[in-house]
Amino acid sequence: MYYGLTWAKIREAMCLAIPVRIVSIDGDEAETEIAGVRRRVSIVFTPEAKLGDYVLLHTGYAIGVVDEAEAEETLKLLEEIASLSEVH
Amino acid sequence: MKFIDEYQDSKLARGLAYKIAQRSTKTIRLMEFCGGHTHAILRYGIRQLVPKTVELRSGPGCPVCVTATTDLDKAIALAHLPDVIITTFGDMIRVPGSYSSLQKAKAEGADVRIVYSTIDAIEIAKANSGKSVSFIGIGFETTAPTIAASILKAQQEKIENFHVLSLNKLTPPVMKALLDSGEVKLDGIIGPGHVSVIIGSHPYKFIPRDYGVACVISGFEPLDILLCIDKLVEQIEKGEPKVEIAYPRGVKPEGNRKARQLMEKVFEIGEANWRGIGIVPQSGLKIREKYERFDADKAFSVSLKPPREPKGCRCGDVIRGAAMPLECKLFRKACTPESPVGPCMVSSEGACAAYYQYGTLENLQGF
Repeated sequence: MYYGLTWAKIREAMCLAIPVRIVSIDGDEAETEIAGVRRRVSIVFTPEAKLGDYVLLHTGYAIGVVDEAEAEETLKLLEEIASLSEVH
Repeated sequence: MKFIDEYQDSKLARGLAYKIAQRSTKTIRLMEFCGGHTHAILRYGIRQLVPKTVELRSGPGCPVCVTATTDLDKAIALAHLPDVIITTFGDMIRVPGSYSSLQKAKAEGADVRIVYSTIDAIEIAKANSGKSVSFIGIGFETTAPTIAASILKAQQEKIENFHVLSLNKLTPPVMKALLDSGEVKLDGIIGPGHVSVIIGSHPYKFIPRDYGVACVISGFEPLDILLCIDKLVEQIEKGEPKVEIAYPRGVKPEGNRKARQLMEKVFEIGEANWRGIGIVPQSGLKIREKYERFDADKAFSVSLKPPREPKGCRCGDVIRGAAMPLECKLFRKACTPESPVGPCMVSSEGACAAYYQYGTLENLQGF
């Protein structure tokens, strides 16, 4: 990659956030995990986050809780579209 | 990785691309506001996947790129002050200002440190009580709450040597400025996903209402972006522009109230200076008087020479979507990631960097 511009770096770019799983909560901080990597993050913006939830991590802060039901819905919709496209 | 891998499936992507091609009859122009989207679009070859009727333009959603040269010069001047430690997100340090860069200042002896988070900047302030630790606060609504949180933490813990140079900017006002200028005719906007996690979908309502332009908020994986483009094409074909969320696992219509509360507690809205666009009213965040002792602008005074823009650089045009990176004579010649002339080639969210990195022949010819 040119000058080390890896996808990992892009994912940490400023408008991006990655979904990480909460493994423990300690006040307004949480221990999170993604692909075996652990990171302590602030959950000051997501006080509703629970153990096992996925949160969107942006520059050290959880900015939102991933809505798993909506994620399922979107995947279903995508699969539906793709299967309809195959018919044609 | 959950919530990432499943949205990268190539078979589903082909299915979606087929559906978009079936739907699309009108020639349309869409703008991806966010630099993160620009990179994903180039990286996953989405420009080639969508039909020729759909043109994609990059917008001003790269925080480093839109930072005005005068503001950059101010950050560099701050770095040269005695007993000041500059903390900043990584991309900023390589951006050339009028006469120098933070990287050059560092080479000349200034203490400039890259941080991943404002939390790190606070820790540096705690460990260096004899010095001022100034954070260069760039970013949109996604990042502004994190900067607000750091100022509140500094106040709570009485960390008096922490300062922020607030250059934060707001998304909807600059969208309005671009639409008002009419320079680039747009049919639809790929809305920024993580800005919208914070602000929700309501602040974009003026886009279809006042300008007849479609707006669909998108996630950052290739299937998210294709789904967003499909919804945009559908709206435009039907002639029914509206605001939609194609990233409901992340974005709620009401956004994140808690984050906005903290942001509004610390910041008030004022004008901001955007590279390539100029002063846009109501598009910036200033630190409120109550927290002014953390405001680097108030704590330090620096004298600046008149700003100089790099000769021949078309970053300003690229930021407005008025030019594609390849239309700049310097692109890939005088301006490369190793030796960037303008910020769009430096930042990991800059359009020129994306076109340089993923610029296959198809990508480069595709405009």
